[in-house]
Amino acid sequence: MTHDGSITAVGTRMDSYYGRPILKEPVWQPEIPCYFFTGGLAGASSVLHLVASLLGHKKLARRSLFIGAAADAVSPVLLVSDLGRPERALNMFRVFKVTSPMSVGSWILLVSGGASSTAAALELLGKLKPVKVLAEIVAAATGPPLATYTGTLIADTSIPVWHEARHELPWLFGSSAGASAGAAAVVAVPPDEAGPARRLTVGGVIAELALMQAMEQRIGFVGEVYKRGAAGKLGRVAKVCAASGAALLATRGKRSRFAAVGGGALVLAGELALRWSVFRAGFQSARDPRYVVEPQRERKTR
Amino acid sequence: MSALAEPSGKPAAWLDTHGDEAEPRVGFFTDTSVCIGCKACEVACKEWNVIPEDGLVWSGESYDNTSELGANSWRHVAFVEQRKPLKVDGEDDTATLDVTGTADLADGSAPIDAEPLRWLMSSDVCKHCTHAGCLDVCPTGALFRTEYGTVVVQEDVCNGCGYCVPACPFGVLDKRHLPRKSDDAPLALPLLGKKEDGRVWKCTLCYDRLKGGHEPACAKACPTDSIQFGPLEELRERADKRLDKLQAEGWNGAQLYGRDPEDGVGGFGAFFMLLDEPEVYGLPPDPVVPTKNLAQMWRNTAIAAAATFVGIAAAFLGARE
Repeated sequence: MTHDGSITAVGTRMDSYYGRPILKEPVWQPEIPCYFFTGGLAGASSVLHLVASLLGHKKLARRSLFIGAAADAVSPVLLVSDLGRPERALNMFRVFKVTSPMSVGSWILLVSGGASSTAAALELLGKLKPVKVLAEIVAAATGPPLATYTGTLIADTSIPVWHEARHELPWLFGSSAGASAGAAAVVAVPPDEAGPARRLTVGGVIAELALMQAMEQRIGFVGEVYKRGAAGKLGRVAKVCAASGAALLATRGKRSRFAAVGGGALVLAGELALRWSVFRAGFQSARDPRYVVEPQRERKTR
Repeated sequence: MSALAEPSGKPAAWLDTHGDEAEPRVGFFTDTSVCIGCKACEVACKEWNVIPEDGLVWSGESYDNTSELGANSWRHVAFVEQRKPLKVDGEDDTATLDVTGTADLADGSAPIDAEPLRWLMSSDVCKHCTHAGCLDVCPTGALFRTEYGTVVVQEDVCNGCGYCVPACPFGVLDKRHLPRKSDDAPLALPLLGKKEDGRVWKCTLCYDRLKGGHEPACAKACPTDSIQFGPLEELRERADKRLDKLQAEGWNGAQLYGRDPEDGVGGFGAFFMLLDEPEVYGLPPDPVVPTKNLAQMWRNTAIAAAATFVGIAAAFLGARE
């Protein structure tokens, strides 16, 4: 039958139920986008540390190790704090479910965070070198999954702007993680020893801006939330901060410590804003029933 | 019971996981064409399941002040007012009913509102999907498939992570933000502890009543048998006959929603007879379980992770420090 969009006795159009949302908005709090940022920073820093230490970049290696371990230490606190029942946090480890990116991610964070903090502690103590090396390898191997699974975690929902972006989100979060780790290292390491970190930051930002653009283009109609409301504002902040920070690093980061710290801080702010923009976009997407109905209606009549 | 579901998004079938204890799959057939909007289902559900009161608000949306399914409303009666004839041919008894009461005007003039008006009422509930997104993504195993094929949250396991909330294609589940009950478990972590209940709640298809050999409270209370409970196969047959009858009688827009085992969620355990398109009732027209694409998403994630590693290593190319 044809759908005529007739008007009800109370005056609303009939292609929705009083304009009410079909989906529930996520119940996640600000801890979650913060964790997306710290988890990415931790995962990418673990890789940066291992490669730097293998290639003899001592200061970069050591500081990346501590940055990663600190971010890994903060991450579970953020996650537990977001739970409705924090005292049941360990229930995350009752099962291992590949159908649940949150289950897989909890185990990844447990292993990766455990390894990076072990490595950092042994580095400080200067003991058990073989154990430290093993921990570093484990942390570096589980770091990239830690940085990317969060993109799949939100993609594996019914929220249109997240689910439709499932191809780009892990890549976007991976690039953003690389840029975060690079920027944090640029802030922490003197310019003459931070070359790889600078290149990582600039490369990560370029990849991330391209991916964001590609994502918004490809998902089309459901992606318009990125032009509106909090997601739109945060997205613009993310792009401006990341791009200007990367530009500053590329042009002056090598000579001026001041420019390096400023550029690194701008990029870090941009990466946090990026995660927050994607996070808020999900709420806006859930709130408007058109994003659910129109693509499904199109799919059904095709 | 195996904790592992298949990565394809196909849930572990209850027949496999429950072995000899598996019962025939049961569900609801909610025939909205006979719903009178009495809300006895909502009340019976609240009573039986001891669901707390969550505020009394006036929505201004017809007779619906419940508004949506959620942690504290496991049945929700929707009221849709339409200027549309009930029957396809427009010949409809209700079209000439004096719905506005204007026929009683003293001067005996014709009712102002002679347009047809119909009132659609529908009792919504958790769909107990064959491929349940909530169950798939639950990281603790709190959500599980019972021996009856229904999907239930174990309140003593749920840690309130909230993942099932955006995973559900119907917006059924939600976190309960009401205060914890005084006899509830004490806060184990005072610093991180929360005073709200914090867990996720939804329809259990009265798991406890099923165990006792009773039908769910809403079906029991329904005075018109709009809510029918029984083995799913039986309900599907009955629904097909009902659809034939309604279509033969020329009911406008009569359609089964969630009856098809081939749909995006593998068919609903609780399906519906609707009199208009699903979105009119606030339901998604073509729901698909988010985990349907998960195998591909994991492959993509693995490649993205490898690329992230390579990308970081590549930043060291040409470095001489």
